[in-house]
Amino acid sequence: MEALFYGSGAVAIISTLKVVTGKNAVHALLYLVVSLLAAALVFYSLGAPFIAALEVIIYAGAIMVLFVFVVMMLKLGPGAERQEKGLLDPKAWAGPATLALVLVLELLYLLAEGALEGPLVSAHINPKAVALMLFGPYFIGVELASLLLLAALVAAWHLGRREKEASDDSPG
Amino acid sequence: MTVPAEHALALAAVLFAIGLAGVLARRNIIFMLMSIEIMLNSAGLAFIAAGYKNGQADGQVMFIFVLAMAAAEVAVGLSLALRVYGSFKSLDADAASSMRG
Repeated sequence: MEALFYGSGAVAIISTLKVVTGKNAVHALLYLVVSLLAAALVFYSLGAPFIAALEVIIYAGAIMVLFVFVVMMLKLGPGAERQEKGLLDPKAWAGPATLALVLVLELLYLLAEGALEGPLVSAHINPKAVALMLFGPYFIGVELASLLLLAALVAAWHLGRREKEASDDSPG
Repeated sequence: MTVPAEHALALAAVLFAIGLAGVLARRNIIFMLMSIEIMLNSAGLAFIAAGYKNGQADGQVMFIFVLAMAAAEVAVGLSLALRVYGSFKSLDADAASSMRG
């Protein structure tokens, strides 16, 4: 577990530095996905397998796809095709691929150790305890989170309308 | 054999500092939003580390709330970024610094 924690922590720091110092938004997004995957392995090594799964599905999956959609929407123009060609260049994805390979090797190491059979670490907290806590003492928080998501939905719909529709219902 | 919780908190602090430096240094709205995601993720890592130290599930519950908040923030932030791009034809945050009122 120690090797897993320190290895994926190092990968997380390196890839996060590459995100912040990157020039191309799509390359920075690739590094950000690797950083979130590394964070998921850190969570796993800290005895939170359910949170690690949520991190992969929601952060590295859903939120990053949202980012990629918006970046691709903003890149519409004559330079877009040239950029697509640039993405096939091995220089663009060699760095993220190497860091992801380190994560895969750590995962294989875990599987080889037989870590999935017994309890993972001493302070292992199973998803059942999380669910009992979430829908018990913290139920008001679940309600507030649903309100927040509804507000975000309405705000995103309102802000994402076309300019034409917005000017139609204004008197000017 | 086990990882000390202090090291996990140190990792969270380093990631948070990188994200904060990104928000302060970058002027591209997309990069600023990505840095904010890094900061939120490291705050969640601090919660997980605290839950790991105490052996309680509270830290993981708080991480789920942080996750919901991050999803809401990114939806609003990206639609605002699209709006700024539509108005100013630029993703520079300084382009939107002058208000019309």
